[in-house]
Amino acid sequence: MYYVRLVPDGTRIQFMRGRIAGLVVSAILSVLSVILYFAPGVNLGVDFRGGIAVEAKFTQPADFGAIRGVLDPLNLGHIGLQEIGSPVDVSLAIERQPGDEEAQQRAVNAVRQKLTEAYPGVTFQRVEAVGAAVSGELFTNGMIALGLSLFAMLAYIWFRFEWQFGIGAVVTLVLDVTKTVGFYVLFNLEFNLSSIAAILAIMGYSINDKVVVYDRVRENLRKYKAMPLRELIDLSINETLNRTIGTSMASFLSAMPLIIFGGEALREFSLVMLFGIFIATSSSIFIAAPILLFLGENRLRRGTAPVEGDKTAETPAG
Amino acid sequence: MYFARWKVWAIWILSILSILIAAPNLVSEATLKTLPSFLPARQVSLGLDLQGGSHLLLQVDLAAVERDRMANMVDAIRGDLRKENIAFSGLAQDGAQITLKLNDGTDPDKARRAIENADPDLNAVVGADGVMTLTLKPAAIIAKRNAALQQSIEIIRRRVDETGTKEPRIQQQGTDRILVQLPGVREPDRIKALIGTTAKLSFRMVNTDASPTGRPPVGSEILPSERGEQAPAYVVNKRVMVSGENLVDAQPSFQEGQPVVSFRFDSVGARRFADATTENVGKPFAIVLDNKVISAPVIREPITGGRGIISGNFTTQSASDLSVLLRAGALPAPLKIIEERTVGPDLGADAIKAGLYSVLGGLVMIMAYMIVSYGTFGFFAVVALIFNLIMTIAALSLLQATLTLPGIAGMLIAVGLAVDANILINERIREETKLGRSAIASIDSGFKRAFATIVDANLTTMLKMLILYGLGSGPIKGFAVTTTLGILTSMFTATVMVRYMMGLWFARNRPSKLPL
Repeated sequence: MYYVRLVPDGTRIQFMRGRIAGLVVSAILSVLSVILYFAPGVNLGVDFRGGIAVEAKFTQPADFGAIRGVLDPLNLGHIGLQEIGSPVDVSLAIERQPGDEEAQQRAVNAVRQKLTEAYPGVTFQRVEAVGAAVSGELFTNGMIALGLSLFAMLAYIWFRFEWQFGIGAVVTLVLDVTKTVGFYVLFNLEFNLSSIAAILAIMGYSINDKVVVYDRVRENLRKYKAMPLRELIDLSINETLNRTIGTSMASFLSAMPLIIFGGEALREFSLVMLFGIFIATSSSIFIAAPILLFLGENRLRRGTAPVEGDKTAETPAG
Repeated sequence: MYFARWKVWAIWILSILSILIAAPNLVSEATLKTLPSFLPARQVSLGLDLQGGSHLLLQVDLAAVERDRMANMVDAIRGDLRKENIAFSGLAQDGAQITLKLNDGTDPDKARRAIENADPDLNAVVGADGVMTLTLKPAAIIAKRNAALQQSIEIIRRRVDETGTKEPRIQQQGTDRILVQLPGVREPDRIKALIGTTAKLSFRMVNTDASPTGRPPVGSEILPSERGEQAPAYVVNKRVMVSGENLVDAQPSFQEGQPVVSFRFDSVGARRFADATTENVGKPFAIVLDNKVISAPVIREPITGGRGIISGNFTTQSASDLSVLLRAGALPAPLKIIEERTVGPDLGADAIKAGLYSVLGGLVMIMAYMIVSYGTFGFFAVVALIFNLIMTIAALSLLQATLTLPGIAGMLIAVGLAVDANILINERIREETKLGRSAIASIDSGFKRAFATIVDANLTTMLKMLILYGLGSGPIKGFAVTTTLGILTSMFTATVMVRYMMGLWFARNRPSKLPL
C-alpha cells in the first residue's frame, strides 16, 4: 500500500553541515527583532498600554472625517480609526487619558454619549477601557508567565535528559520567541493578552518538537555507542523528519481555515501560529540540534568527537 | 495485543459517558430546559468574549475606610481622655492618624493606657515632646479592610440583582479589588453608575445664617447642590440628624405627577427624625447624598410617622435607581472602575460561529491528511481525534470551566499535540515494521517507544500550563485550562483508544504485513 509521504524513506540530509549558518542567521534575525521591538516599537494593545478601544457598528458607511469632527471637542488626544471587515464597522483606538484611573471611564462614557447623539442607532460591539495600573500589571504578569514557563521547561528537560539538552531547548525557545515578537512588529499586529497566549502556544509547540528530536538522540546515543555525535544527531533528525514535517503540515492545515474564516481576533492569532510552526520546526533542526552538538561534543560522546573539517565525518552514514 | 477485560470496559464506559456529557452542548438552551432532569444538562460556560457581556474590575479605596474610622473616633477619644482627667490640646485627625498634645505634667503612660483600654484597636505612641500619635493596629486595619471589602461585594450584589441581570458573577480579586462580570449586558452605563455611587445618605440641618459663598462657620460645611442654578450650594451642619443606615425601605413613587422617592425609617431613625423636625419647624433641612444636596425642603410640621419623601430633579429612572441605592445600603468606601471590557452579544455570537466553523474546517483538513498519510491506521487516529474533542468538551462542561476565545486556540493546540502523538505512533510502528518485525510486535513496540516521547512532550507543555493557570488572568487562564484538558484526553485517546482499535482490527484481519 502506498500512502502520501512527505519525506522519502532513507533520506539522509546532513543538517549539521549548516549548523554555523543556521545559528548565525537565527541570531541575526533575533537581534533584528529585538531592535524592531524598541524601534519602531511593538504595537501594544489596550491590555498592556492602557487606554480605550471601541468597536462601533454604524447604520451607514462610516465617514472618518465626520467621526473625528464629533469626537474632537472631547480633547482625547490622537484617535486611531480603522475599518474592520466592513465599512459600517469601525474600531476606535484612543490613547490612555492623563490623570487617574477614572479618567478612562470619563472618556469612554463621553465617547459613547457623543457617538450615540451624533449617530442614532450606532451600537457598540466592543468597549475596552483599561487604566494605567491594570495595564502595567497585565504586562508584568504576562512577562512573568513567559519567564516562568521558560524556566519550568528548562528544569523539566534538564531533569529528564541532561543539562546540554535543557540549555539547547531554552536558548532555542528564546530565539523563537524574540523572532515572534519581531513578526508582530513587522506586520503591525496588536500585541495583547491573546498574543501572550499565542507565544505560549508557540513555545509549547516548539518544545514539543525539540523533545521528540532529543528523545531520538538519547535513544540513538544508547543504540550506537561508537557513532560520532555529529552523525548521530543528523541520523536522529532524519529518522524523525517525517513526523516533524507531518506534524507541521497537519498544524498548518488546521490553522488555514482560521486565517481565512476565523474572524478578526482569531485571524491574527492564527497568522502568528503559522509563523510559529515554521519557526519552531526549523529551529529544532538548525538551532536546538547544533547547540546540542556544540555543548555535547566532548561530554555526551567522550573521545569520539569528530575533528572539524574531518572528511570521514562528512560522508553519509548508512 | 491483549487488553484486560476491565480496560475494555473502561474504554467503552468513558467514551459513552463523555458523549452523553458533551451532547447537551449541541442543543439550544431552550430545548435543554425541556429535557427530563435525570439527564446531564450542563453546557460549557462561555466566557464574556464569546457570550457577550460586561467585565468590570473595581478598586476599593480602602485608605478611605481607615480615614473614616479615625474620623469617627475623634469625639470618642476626647471623651475618654476627659473622663480620666487627662489634660491635652490640639486634637486633630490627619488621614489615618490622630495626634494630640498632652499638657505638661500629664503622665504619658496613664494617657496611653486610657486610650488603649477604651479602644483596643488603637495603638498610642507618646513622643518626647508630649505629642501623642494614635494609629490603628495592623490587625485591626486588616480586619477593617476585609470587612469593608466583603460588605462592598454584598452591596454590589444587591444593587446588581435589582437591575435584573442574569447570573452576575461578583468576586474578590486580590486584596482590594472586586471583579464584576455581567453576562449579556450590552450597555453597562446604568450598572456602572449604580456601582460607582457610594450612596451615603444623611439628613442634616441647613445653616441659613451663613452664605454659601464665604467661609463656612465652625461645625458646618458648604456642599454643592444637585438643583443647579436655583441654588448652587448650601451651608449644611456637619452634625447628622439621621443617616441612611436607619432607612429600612425606599421606593420610587409619584407626588403631584413628579417622580419622588419615598422612604421609611427604623424605630431609632423615626424617633430622631421626629425630635429634629419638632425642634426645627419652619427651617430647611438638607437631604445629602454623597456630599451633594439632593433637595432642601422646609419643615412644615413635625414628621413623626417615620416616613418621608425625597423630591428633587428626578426622572422615573433616576428615582428608581436612587431607591435601589438606598435599599441596598451605602458602600463602606468609594469604588473606582479601573478596567472595563464590554462585548456586544452579536459580536460574541459571530465570534463563536466563525471560530467553530474554522475549527471544524481545520479538523477536516487534519483528518484528510491523516487518512491520506496512514490509511486505515490514519482512520483510527481520526476516530481518536474526534473522541479527544468530545472528551475535552465533556470535561469543560463537567468542570464548568469557562471557554474563552484564547481557550478555543488552546483546544487547537491540544488537537495539534494529539495529532502529533498519533503521527509519532504511526511512524514508530512503520519503523519497527521496516526493521523486519512481525505485525503484532511492530504495533506493540511502536506504542511502547512512542509513549515515552509522548509523555515527555506532553508533560513539558502541561507543566507550563499549570504555571499559567496559577499566574494567569482571565483569558490566559482559559487558555491553560482547555489546553491541559485537551492534552490529558489526548493521552488517553491516542495511546489507549487507538491501541484498542488496532487490536480489534488485528484480531479480525490477522495481516502478515501492516498497511503502513
